[in-house]
Amino acid sequence: MSDALLSVRNLSAGVDGKEILHSVDLDVEEGGVHVLMGPNGAGKSTLGHVIMGEPTYDVTGGTITFGGEDVTELSPDKRSLAGMFLSFQAPVEIPGVPLSSFLRAIASARPELDMKRKEFRKRVRELADELDMDRAYLDRELGVGFSGGEKKKVEMLQLLLLKPRLAILDEADSGLDVDALSVVSRGMELYRRECNGTLLVITHNTRILEHLDVDKVHVMVRGSMVTEGDASMIADIDTNGFEQFESLAQAR
Amino acid sequence: MTESSEKKRTQVDDIDRSMYDFIKDESNQEHLEAGLTPEIVREISEKKNEPDWMLEKRLKALEIYHELPIPDWGPSIAGLDMDHIVTYVKPETDQQASWDDVPEDIKDTFDRLGIPEAERSYLAGVGAQYDSELVYHSMQESASKMGIVYSGIEEALEDPKWEGIIHDHFMKLIPPTDHKFAALHGAVWSGGSFVYVPKGVQLDYPLQSYFRLNARGAGQFEHTLIIVEDDASLHFIEGCSAPKYNVANLHAGAVELFVGERAHLRYSTIENWSKNMYNLNTKRAICKEGGDIEWISGSFGSHVGYLYPMSILNGRDAKSSFTGITFAGAGQNLDTGCKVVLNAPRTKASVETKSISKDGGVSTFRSSVVATKNAEDSAATVSCQSLMLDDRSRSDTIPAMDVKCKNVDIGHEATIGRIGDDKVFYLMSRGLSEEEARTMIVNGFAEPVSKELPLEYAVEMNNLIKLEMEGAIG
Repeated sequence: MSDALLSVRNLSAGVDGKEILHSVDLDVEEGGVHVLMGPNGAGKSTLGHVIMGEPTYDVTGGTITFGGEDVTELSPDKRSLAGMFLSFQAPVEIPGVPLSSFLRAIASARPELDMKRKEFRKRVRELADELDMDRAYLDRELGVGFSGGEKKKVEMLQLLLLKPRLAILDEADSGLDVDALSVVSRGMELYRRECNGTLLVITHNTRILEHLDVDKVHVMVRGSMVTEGDASMIADIDTNGFEQFESLAQAR
Repeated sequence: MTESSEKKRTQVDDIDRSMYDFIKDESNQEHLEAGLTPEIVREISEKKNEPDWMLEKRLKALEIYHELPIPDWGPSIAGLDMDHIVTYVKPETDQQASWDDVPEDIKDTFDRLGIPEAERSYLAGVGAQYDSELVYHSMQESASKMGIVYSGIEEALEDPKWEGIIHDHFMKLIPPTDHKFAALHGAVWSGGSFVYVPKGVQLDYPLQSYFRLNARGAGQFEHTLIIVEDDASLHFIEGCSAPKYNVANLHAGAVELFVGERAHLRYSTIENWSKNMYNLNTKRAICKEGGDIEWISGSFGSHVGYLYPMSILNGRDAKSSFTGITFAGAGQNLDTGCKVVLNAPRTKASVETKSISKDGGVSTFRSSVVATKNAEDSAATVSCQSLMLDDRSRSDTIPAMDVKCKNVDIGHEATIGRIGDDKVFYLMSRGLSEEEARTMIVNGFAEPVSKELPLEYAVEMNNLIKLEMEGAIG
């Protein structure tokens, strides 16, 4: 058995009988920075969501192991409490629920984060400041009327608040302007530095990776993992795109 | 000064005691006539020592009650034993209430909501008074310093000064001819509140009605009469989130609200009846020129509910806003909404309701907006959002509009939705259980109502939703 923090073996999954992921293997080392790349529609986000346990997808084969435990059958909340985190490409809106109340609720679900109300407010404000987020957002309804950038900041704020062992960032950079992008980058850096966190960054865009010390790059095409390599692959993909991997996917 | 307030206090104590005595008396009586007779009504009246005109009103209402048909346009009330209506009016005659008879789910809810022991037996309809009487009296006293009268309605009737005012307003907004249960109410009403706010007096904290203090019958046929004079302002809160349990499962109360010129009244209620209750309540407000009525309403519990608070905007620039939420779970059919009559120029009304149904519960939103020929340049908006928590539940919207005037702007929107799986997954991915996730979403949905309530009530309502949501999964 691999000693990786996250180990995906032979994972197949789909929706309504239509397979999207085909026998995917993926190892993410504790403390590492892994990047999952691939063209649009390769199944990268689906893999992220299946790893987190989204019930929309049926797992038809294989296993997901986290911290040495088989989590394939666990509900998303159990995975979250075990230390897994998925930042959403399109975070949802929950009308009527203030962001601060939501943050309080998710922190309260974790005994190690149980703090006094005042202490908690202070912590959340600090995080908001670090992420250049207007504190007024804390009183607003979760996600409602937030710009794409603000939504991503809220995801980063949760990442830094919850300090998960593994963070899967699904297209954290999509649709962001330069400022928001730098905030997301800072969030990732903080997470690495303060939490010694493990990252799996899902992206089809190399820009967000500029400030990251990438350990490993995984490439997916059409639902299959086609290759993996070191950080040098990023420059290669930047120049030559994903077409070079198409034949690999066809071969499978 | 001291003397008069002393006197007042003594008087209150006396009346309270007699109200409780009345309960005892009643339980010793034996009346087995099937139908409601003038004798029974006379007896009720006599015990209250009320003026003759009130007895006449009661008897007249009784006649009307016998003439009117049972409503056939809403949820079925076939479960009510209308042939033996007297058993609802005089529940003690054949049932001896005891704590052991209180259903387990009610006892459980008391536990979960943290209702104090002393209060539980009273809420369950098997105990006598409880400690918050002191709270009630201190509130009453501080209001009275501002000239506000806040008392039991029977009590106010004994004071000649208020008797006349009650005479001129009682059952004037809700005449017994309105419907069968209004007539029943008129004949057998008992308990309730009288509030009078003099001209220009503005109370800046909410006045709370501790129905828990009222006589036993008050949970059934209580009458609330509130008069807010010109330029005055009041927030009145009635009810609490703990389930009210009555052996007799019929509630036909009446609420009459009179709002003066440029006066403001906010009337908030959270009702949570036990799940065997037929709640056939009638609430109505009338506003003079520039008057403003705000309804905040949370309807929980009941087996069947008919509840449509009505605003009559009778003077120019009068305003009405209604914000309500209804939660219908298993075995519940709640037909709720709001009625508005725009009867003067430049009046404005808004109706915003939320309904939640789960476990096969049926929630119907029924509204009526009437713009009379006097309503020039008036406007009304009606919005209803329904949330269905599963496929077995049901939600309907029945809006009615009747516009008899030009230049009236009326808008209506209704949405019926479900909790998105993506939202549940998002919240679960952050460590909340499925139940916690759904509860958070439902509480958020209810927020437009809870944010209008004082904090303690909002917290109670959120807890109540949490309780209702338990077991909603799977």
